Amino acid sequence: MELDAALLSRLQFAFTVSFHIIFPSITIGLATLIAIWEGLWLKTGNPVYLQLAKFWIKPFAITFGMGVVSGIVLSYEFGTNFSEFSRITGAVLGPLMAYEVLTAFFLEAGFLGIMLFGWQRVGPKLHFMATVVVAVGTWISAFWIIAANSWMHTPAGHIIVDGVFQVDSWWQVIFNPSMPYRFTHMLLAAFITGTFVVLATSAWQLRHSEHKNMARKGLSMTLWLALILTPLQAYVGDLHGLNVKEHQPVKLAAMEGIWAEREAGAPLLLFAIPDRAAEKNHFEIGIPKLASLILTHDPDGELMGLKAVPADERPNVAVVFFSFRVMVGIGVLMILVAFTGAFLRWRGSLYQSRWFLTACSYLAPSGIIAVLAGWYVVEVGRQPWLVYGLVRTIDVVSPLPAERVLFSLTLFVLTYSLLFGVYLYFMRKLIRKGPPPLEKLSQQLIGVKASGYAVALAKKIKPEQEQH
Amino acid sequence: MELQMGLPLFYFLLLGFAILMYVLLDGFDLGIGILYPWFNTDAEHDHLMRSISHVWDGNETWLVFGGVILFGAFPLAYASIASLLYLPIMLMLIGLIFRGVAFEYRFKSHTSKVWWNRAFAIGSSLAAFCQGLMLGVLVQGVDADSVASSSLQWLTPFSLFTGLAVMAGYALLGCTYLTMKSRGDIQQKAARYGQRLLLFVMLAMLLVSLFTLYQQPEIRERWFGGAHSLILMLLPLMAILAARLLYRDLGRVQRQFAAEAHISIRHESRPFWLAASLFLLAFAGLVAGLFPYLLPHQISFYAAAAPDSSLSFMLPGILIFLPLILAYTLWGYHIFRGKVEDYEEGY
Repeated sequence: MELDAALLSRLQFAFTVSFHIIFPSITIGLATLIAIWEGLWLKTGNPVYLQLAKFWIKPFAITFGMGVVSGIVLSYEFGTNFSEFSRITGAVLGPLMAYEVLTAFFLEAGFLGIMLFGWQRVGPKLHFMATVVVAVGTWISAFWIIAANSWMHTPAGHIIVDGVFQVDSWWQVIFNPSMPYRFTHMLLAAFITGTFVVLATSAWQLRHSEHKNMARKGLSMTLWLALILTPLQAYVGDLHGLNVKEHQPVKLAAMEGIWAEREAGAPLLLFAIPDRAAEKNHFEIGIPKLASLILTHDPDGELMGLKAVPADERPNVAVVFFSFRVMVGIGVLMILVAFTGAFLRWRGSLYQSRWFLTACSYLAPSGIIAVLAGWYVVEVGRQPWLVYGLVRTIDVVSPLPAERVLFSLTLFVLTYSLLFGVYLYFMRKLIRKGPPPLEKLSQQLIGVKASGYAVALAKKIKPEQEQH
Repeated sequence: MELQMGLPLFYFLLLGFAILMYVLLDGFDLGIGILYPWFNTDAEHDHLMRSISHVWDGNETWLVFGGVILFGAFPLAYASIASLLYLPIMLMLIGLIFRGVAFEYRFKSHTSKVWWNRAFAIGSSLAAFCQGLMLGVLVQGVDADSVASSSLQWLTPFSLFTGLAVMAGYALLGCTYLTMKSRGDIQQKAARYGQRLLLFVMLAMLLVSLFTLYQQPEIRERWFGGAHSLILMLLPLMAILAARLLYRDLGRVQRQFAAEAHISIRHESRPFWLAASLFLLAFAGLVAGLFPYLLPHQISFYAAAAPDSSLSFMLPGILIFLPLILAYTLWGYHIFRGKVEDYEEGY
């Protein structure tokens, strides 16, 4: 069989970036939650908040570590596998990433050490500041990388000189037409992902662990958050969809499974099997006119279909179509859970409802799956373009020998599969182990309250070596 | 015209600074990974890990910074060099992945601890070796017609040798870091290994210099014929002086311990700074030979430079944030100053 280096490079990028996005999606939300708990603990003195922060900081640490090591790969993969792309867009995308490193990566890394290992080294307020800085760092990082990604979808503010992109207006490059929507949508998605990881774990702990107070607090907070965030996300997602309709109508057509050049009164398809060769759907089940109503606010509104562009400018419809449904399906499920939780809380039976808690505990990966599905809609939907309408993916891949890419791809698949198993194993282990008991926390507080002095004290006492 | 040449030069120097920071900072923590198999007990391994677990992430960020500066300021060079060095980069990344996750997982493991020890040692060594290999390619250069990504020119006896040399250099940095941050047996061991590694590193620097002078007439001309040759000659002289002092300091740490005398902090921390200056001098020598090329005789920094709109856009960010980064990084080291303690600290 003839190996195709371009295809392998694309597979490798898709695989490595999919693996990477799992971890920041969790850490952005989790860092924010930990900062909130630590702040509440400082404010109220309620040790349950400290327990929550201390319990979640460990899963946070391993998740963050996975994000760091898988992220470094990406910063080099543009050049190794898409050298021509790097050459022609480097002047636009490179500076955005430089700003990401300058304003976010260093910040996160610099204060993470204090957040994780500095409990006995700095005072509680300073420690809280470090945690907040790490959380804010994750948001800033998302801002720059989303700006770069959005520019590839809705390029603006550039000029092309001798086939190379140059920047005319940085404002337009950064705040390109899809950027505000994509940024809000992704940041909310990350908050929701973190929220549901905590929600699911708390629900499990309420039934299976002895730390009921902490679990109750965790579940209660995250259910309130879910009640606010998930409907908000549905609204933002709708706005984002309208933005796609305006700037990337072909992607929208693939998401909705619309083939006809123009379709008035398009149905909202709940299920269908898109067929690229036959240019139509099989087994359609849909709600008449609803897609038109949602997207044009008119039941008979016209939508552009896939046939409006030549076949070689259409994405892989089935991937976009199904990923979109997975994402929306999970979103709807999350909204249902949030409202059911609110209803049970109103009835006063939230913490006793076994079926609800059990159902919640299965939702731990829901946010991650939705995030991945959403990114497949976005990225596969942009194909065959790498920079929408301007640069075709196939034209800018490095001219590498296929065997070499196959070799690295194999290495990544093996490494990441192994590490993902390891990650799940340790997450499970940490969650089963539970939080540090309150007595131990209050002992450690001695250290927290009197920074430098306490370090000297701690050295003298040499607390019994407690292994994990 | 002045300014137009000035900006690319600024970024060339900035790139050099980023690489130097990376080599010094991640150098000592990769070095500890390389030294890892020479320490035997669990307690020693715990200690080694503890000494760097709070800084490795920040240190590695300099590698990302170097990468994105190359990408943003010299897209042409980033594109060519990254695809030319495809395999060494990929292997380096895999090495960095394994040693990076080992920090978190090792402290939380029981039965799998031995595997995380291996992941840390082998990952660190692999990453350091690949970096040395790439350094070798940048020193020896590649044929003009083989910038095509399919060439295997990065694999030569010379680049294999520089791979080993960089491993030894990082291990030396690791030894001096441990001399500064540890006590007792670990410190003694580090000082002892440090002396041996220093001899090897000096020999390797000599061989690499001789090979480069022999292979590349332009560099020979620059070092011996040019107007700056007197100044350039200071570099090897200062390197020899630094090595001499370093060797003596490491010996003193060992003797004073044997005599149960009190070792002054100055003598414990000076080796690290001497080793760092040795790296600085070697790096200065490298840049003196390479200038103005990013890839010898093929891609100069001004030919690869991004348009002014990009270079000047990054400028305020660098001028504002880089000093801040240096300040809070320094503050972070200050907070964790002093010897590494062998009890569980932190989260």
